[in-house]
Amino acid sequence: MAQKTILRKPRGFIDVYKHKPGAEKDRTHYCPGCGHGILHKLIAEALEDFDIVDKTIVISPVGCSVFAYYYFHTGNLQVPHGRAPAVATSVSRANPDSVVISYQGDGDLAAIGGNNILQAANRGENMVVFFVNNAIYGMTGGQMAPTTLEGQITTTTPYGRNVKTDGYPIQVCEIINQLTAPVYVVRTSLHDMPNIRKTRAAVRKAISNARDKKGFSFVEVLSMCPSGWKMDSVPAQEWIKENMIPRFPLETFRDDSEDTPAIERPVPVMDPDEVKRILEYSALSDSNLEKNPDAAFEKVAVRIAGFGGQGIMSAGIALANVGMEYGYNVSWLPSYGPEMRGGTANCSVKIQSDTVGASECTEPNMVIAMNQPSLEKFEKILVPGGALIYNSTLIDIEPTRTDVEVYPIPITGIADELGNTRVQSMVSVGAFAAVTEMFDPGEIENLMTSLFKGKSDKVMKLNEKAVRKGYEYVKENFS
Amino acid sequence: MPRKLMKGNHAAVYGAILAGCQAYYGYPITPASEIAEAASLLFPKFGRTFLQAESEVAAINMVYGAAGCGLRVLTGSSGPGISLKMEGISYCAGSALPCVIVDIMRGGPGLGNIGPEQGDYNQVLKGGGHGNYKVIVLAPNSAQEMCDLTMLAFELADKYRNPVFVLTDGVIGQMMEAVELPEPVTELPDKSEWAVYGTADSRHLINSIYLDHDDLERWNRELMKKYEIIQKNEVRVEEYRIDDAEIVTIGYGSSSRVLRSAVDIARERGIKLGMLRPITLFPFPVDEIAELADRGLTGILTVEMSDGQLVDDVNLALRGKMISDLYNRMGGNVPTALEIVENVSELYGV
Repeated sequence: MAQKTILRKPRGFIDVYKHKPGAEKDRTHYCPGCGHGILHKLIAEALEDFDIVDKTIVISPVGCSVFAYYYFHTGNLQVPHGRAPAVATSVSRANPDSVVISYQGDGDLAAIGGNNILQAANRGENMVVFFVNNAIYGMTGGQMAPTTLEGQITTTTPYGRNVKTDGYPIQVCEIINQLTAPVYVVRTSLHDMPNIRKTRAAVRKAISNARDKKGFSFVEVLSMCPSGWKMDSVPAQEWIKENMIPRFPLETFRDDSEDTPAIERPVPVMDPDEVKRILEYSALSDSNLEKNPDAAFEKVAVRIAGFGGQGIMSAGIALANVGMEYGYNVSWLPSYGPEMRGGTANCSVKIQSDTVGASECTEPNMVIAMNQPSLEKFEKILVPGGALIYNSTLIDIEPTRTDVEVYPIPITGIADELGNTRVQSMVSVGAFAAVTEMFDPGEIENLMTSLFKGKSDKVMKLNEKAVRKGYEYVKENFS
Repeated sequence: MPRKLMKGNHAAVYGAILAGCQAYYGYPITPASEIAEAASLLFPKFGRTFLQAESEVAAINMVYGAAGCGLRVLTGSSGPGISLKMEGISYCAGSALPCVIVDIMRGGPGLGNIGPEQGDYNQVLKGGGHGNYKVIVLAPNSAQEMCDLTMLAFELADKYRNPVFVLTDGVIGQMMEAVELPEPVTELPDKSEWAVYGTADSRHLINSIYLDHDDLERWNRELMKKYEIIQKNEVRVEEYRIDDAEIVTIGYGSSSRVLRSAVDIARERGIKLGMLRPITLFPFPVDEIAELADRGLTGILTVEMSDGQLVDDVNLALRGKMISDLYNRMGGNVPTALEIVENVSELYGV
């Protein structure tokens, strides 16, 4: 039977290069003798042969292959310089069934995008990277690339690459091969037919890996750049053989394709009811406890302060939570930024019926000082007539303010008596409830399960007791 | 309504989940890290993607990729990180990709500090990236708005195929308030006209290259037209006690919270102070501010936590009919309500 000769482009290419400006829509923009066209063709053929043109997405970099999207009959994204592996990452995550190809040159991949390629490889993203190494920046007119050889003359190494000042040519395959995740790492060349055939096999292996969701495949291809190297096509092929291959040995560094299972990605949950279920809408606060109309405080702006580890932040959060349950507008602001100087932690809590403006309590009507530096720092800013609660277990000085209500309470001591210093924050919450009369201690106890979500019954009981003790201490000693 | 006490940073993530955001790509930075942390906790529960990128630059490019594939996608950062993202944001704008970027501003320039500031105003509003583009900028001032405006950000991003910023400062990101969680969106917009899904019908091209000068200019003009429509349709402001005000203060984000308190204090002292708060910074409330100049006000005072970046836009809007005064704090300092009232009294003799 006579062999049939097919004279057409592979279906991986667009029939007419419609995105390409100008009249010549049937040929590439690459220079004569350039390797890109050969590699493009090997890729396009593989896509057709594997019947995956439809599901392929090609990422075009910055460099000579910036216009790869002129040619491939696939989904196409053109991306910033060096970032193709980052973009390919999210494209692959968004479309886990697609075949994602990151096509990059040496400046793009090994210089400006050096970190991006390492990290995508290290994550084992399901993608193929074709790395065209021609030892030069082609698109910008022949400057030094990370892979430029020792002594090689370029427009930015007019005296030849000097390893003492410019470093050595980077062997990317060898670096990628240090990582655990990649499944296939190979270097081939396009300088003659036998090597083009080897490249073809590598291209097909890498693309089939992506199709089968095996993970990260890396194909470095040594490629001619007659324009950049300022030589004719045939000498360019010779130049690869004589100069590049000794520095960049052709080798299959790794092939774990067979033994690697397919990557599975979850299907996103988008159903609104399911979203509400996962966010636990049914457990959200929907209560409006009855406010005490005769409370001593109508609204509170409290500054709570102490050492880190005294539960300052959690006391504030507990107060804000309880306030919310009573239907107040509440805000909680941690000491943060420059406020954190000086070793004291503090937070501002506002609990009021009208809308909360500024969230930082710069003129609080209550201060809860859990240690001495906090008392010294914050009693000054208390408004006249305000309440000063301080931890008399740890503070042995007297407050200087005489125009405020003072509540010395052995907060740490009460917690210690209960057997756990850590509950001192809830002792202060109980004291707050008693001084303000805004919260009923019984209601706070009812809220324990939401305040201490995930904590053991024992912890919850202890904290309940702490609230009660703090509350009772105030009622017994200051009423 | 069901409520939850949460940080502004967390509320933004809830808003994103409720808006149907399918992917988060980000890099840790104070005071925005809780956004990445909350996303890392929540997104996997929904089988949605959370990835801690290797850099801010990688993160915004991952956003570019996900947006190009038609996903609702979020990233969060702060000043220095936003600077690094700018090239990618320009690409998103140039390729007409909808995405949402939360910027929890901190002190600058340089490493500055992690205190609250509003110094990213110019870099975000005035096209910190290269080329002719604008981004929509929403400025929440509460945890509730961090949730609501993040949801709105996704809606506007898709409506205009444009990046949208949720721009606020460390105070709003770090503070906790009760947030009423809205209903999740039930339907996501159809993007099959342009998005790349890796299918035969979605062989689209996501691209910002226009080699022909006239082609690029045509695209620039199309973008300008889009921004005009946004300017016309999407301005949002909050007014507080402004109707009978003789002096109006203007501020956004946490300074607007302080302004609300300042207005109340001033009123108690018999000073007729009001507040106008831009909720959208682009589109800027140009008409609303221009109108103030016709009211015979004693004064307009712009209060910001930056070096006069907002007041420049206020004065542009006033078109020389009045000139706004400026009261500002920087370096991580937040103005206090009393400070502002005293400044008003001194400036205007009231």
